[in-house]
Amino acid sequence: MGNTYPWPGHSTATISPGTQRMEGHGVPIISVSGEVEGEILLSLSGRITLEHLETMNREFQSRLAGLPPAPLAVDLAEVDYLDSAGALALMMLGKGDGGRPIRFVNATPQAEQIIDLLGRLDLYSQHLKPVQHFSILEYAGEATFYIIRGFRHIMTFLGELLVAMIHAIRTPHSVRWADVLDQMKRIGVDGLPIVGLISMLVGVVMAFMSALQLKQFGADIYVASLVGIAIVKELGPMMTAIIVAGRSGSAFAAEIGTMMVDLEVDALVTMGFSPVRFLAFPKVLAAMLVVPLLTMYSFIFGIGGGMLVGVLGLDLTVFTYIQQTLKSITTFDIVTSLIKSMVFAVLIAGIGCQRGFQARGGAESVGSMTTSAVVSAIFLVIVADSAFAIVLHYLS
Amino acid sequence: MKTASSNKPAITVEDLTAGYDEQLIFDRLNFQVGRGELFVILGGSGCGKSTLLRLLIGLKTPAAGRIVVNGVDISTAGEQSMKGLRTGIGVLFQSGALFGSMTLAENVALPLQEYTDLSPAAIERIVAMKLAMVSLAGHENHYPSELSGGMVKRAGLARAMALDPSILFFDEPSAGLDPITAAELDHLIKDLNRGLGTTMVVVTHDLDSIMTIADRVIMLGTEKKGIIAEGDPRELKMHSQDPLVQSFFNRQPLKTVL
Repeated sequence: MGNTYPWPGHSTATISPGTQRMEGHGVPIISVSGEVEGEILLSLSGRITLEHLETMNREFQSRLAGLPPAPLAVDLAEVDYLDSAGALALMMLGKGDGGRPIRFVNATPQAEQIIDLLGRLDLYSQHLKPVQHFSILEYAGEATFYIIRGFRHIMTFLGELLVAMIHAIRTPHSVRWADVLDQMKRIGVDGLPIVGLISMLVGVVMAFMSALQLKQFGADIYVASLVGIAIVKELGPMMTAIIVAGRSGSAFAAEIGTMMVDLEVDALVTMGFSPVRFLAFPKVLAAMLVVPLLTMYSFIFGIGGGMLVGVLGLDLTVFTYIQQTLKSITTFDIVTSLIKSMVFAVLIAGIGCQRGFQARGGAESVGSMTTSAVVSAIFLVIVADSAFAIVLHYLS
Repeated sequence: MKTASSNKPAITVEDLTAGYDEQLIFDRLNFQVGRGELFVILGGSGCGKSTLLRLLIGLKTPAAGRIVVNGVDISTAGEQSMKGLRTGIGVLFQSGALFGSMTLAENVALPLQEYTDLSPAAIERIVAMKLAMVSLAGHENHYPSELSGGMVKRAGLARAMALDPSILFFDEPSAGLDPITAAELDHLIKDLNRGLGTTMVVVTHDLDSIMTIADRVIMLGTEKKGIIAEGDPRELKMHSQDPLVQSFFNRQPLKTVL
C-alpha cells in the first residue's frame, strides 16, 4: 500500500454512473462480482480517499440500487490506499436506513487498523445538547436582559469613575500623574497633525461651498462669518471628538480589553488596585484636559482653511477675514464649545474604557469591543451634541 | 510539614458551593490549608481547579459557604478588610500577567509604591533583591515582551512576592514550559516555601510538579463536585483505591484502570 497522500488535482477522472468497471490513475474502482453464499461481493481497488469520497458514494448507491438487501462482503485486496474518510464511507454502507451487514475481506494490516479505529468510535450518537430554537418572545426577553445588563454595567462603571474622581480630588497625590501625562501626549500631541489637517480641509470645503452661493450676492465677506460660526459652534468640537473616538477611544478599549484577556486586570485586583482608578481614570482625566485644547487647535486650523479660500479665491485680505470672523463669534460660543468638548472627552474615554473592561475570552472579543467603543462613542457624542444644541438655543 | 506547628490555618474553606449560571461546580467543599504548607489543588481538566483558585483569591463570589483567608472571611469582608487581605497574598497567574507597558523593575515596584512609604532608593534595592531571588538579576529594565515564557513567570513570581505575602497562589505554574524550565520553577517554589515559610497554594495537573513540591494535595472530581482524595501525593499514588486517583497518578486512561 502506497503511503503517499493524494495531491490536489493529480487525477481528474471520475466514475460515471452505469459503467461496470472504471479504469483510471488512482481513481477507486468498484465492481460487483455477484452473490456468494447469500452475500454480495463488492471488489474495490485504487485509492479510497477523501478526494474521491463524493463520486464513490454516488457509485455505491447506483451499484447497490437494484440489488437485494443481502449482507455485503467488501474485498479490499486491490486497494492501494485507504484513509479515514474512505474507511468512513465504507462503514457507512452498513449504517442508516438502507444499511446492510458488512464485513471486509483481504484487508491489509494498515486498512484493518483504520477500520478497527473507526469501529471503536461512537460515530452515530446524537448531540447531547439539542440545538435550541428560540421563539420571538424568548429573543425579545434575551435582548431585554442584554440591554439591562449593559445599562447596569455602564452605571456601575460611571459610579466607580465618580468615586475615583472624588478620591483624586481629595488625595491628588494618589493620581498616577505620569500616566495622565503620557495619555495627554498620546491623545493630544500625537493627534495634532490629523486634527489640524482634517479641520483645515473642512474649513476649505465650507468656504468653497458657501463662496459659490454668497458670491452671487456680492456677500463674499460673509464666508468668514459662516466658516467661523460653523467651526466654532459645531464642526470643531464634533470633528475633534470623532477623531479622538477613532484614535484614542479605540486604543483605550483595545488596551484594556487585551489586559482583561491576559488576566492583567485580575492581577491588578488581586494586588488590591481598583482597575477603574488605576487604568480608566488617568485616561478619562487626560482626555478631559487635552480634548478642549485639541478643539481650540481645530478652531484655528478650520478658520485658517476658510481664510485660505477667502484670501486666495475671494480677494479678501487676511485682516478683513479675521476681523469679520471675530465679529461673528462670541466668547460665549467659544466657552460653551470648550465645555461641550470636555463632555465629549468624558464620553469617548469613558465608553472606550468601559467597553475594554467588558472584553472576555479572546482576540475576537477585544476586536468587537473596540468597534463597539468607537461606534458607541460617536453615537453618544452626537446625542450629547443635540442636547447641547437645544440647551444652548434657550440659553442664548 | 509545618501544619502541626501552626495554630490557625492559613485558609479555611467551609461548605463552599459555587458554579456558573445554572451549572454547579462545587457542592459543599471543605478543606483547610495550614501555615507554611505547600498545598496543591489537582484534578483533570474542567474539574474546577482554576475556579477554586479564583474563589480563594476573591475574584469570584461563592453561592454559599465561607472562605477564610488569613482570618478574613472573603465572602462577607468589606472593601477595607479586603484591601488588607490583598496585601497579604500574592498571585502568580498562568500567563504571568505582567503589565506589558512596564519594565520588570516597574512591575515589581508597583505594589511597593502603592502600599509602602519607602523611598525610591529603598524600593529599587528591594526590587533588585526580589528579581535576584527568581534569578532575574540584571533584567530590571527589560520589558515582558523581551523575555521567554519561563522568565515571565519568574518575574510574575517576583512581583507576587513584592510585599512579602504570607500566602502565595500559583495557577498552573509549569504550563507551557519545557521540562527543564518547569523543574527549575518547581525547585524555586519549593526553596521559597522552605526559605521564607510562605504558605503556597498551587493549582496544577502536572504530575512531576506535584510529586516534587507538594506537602499535601486535594484532588477535585467533576462527578462528585468536590474533593475525591486528600493527603500526601506519594501515599495516594501507592494506596488509593479510587480509580480516578489511580488513573491520574499513574497517567493511564481511566477505562484501563476500571
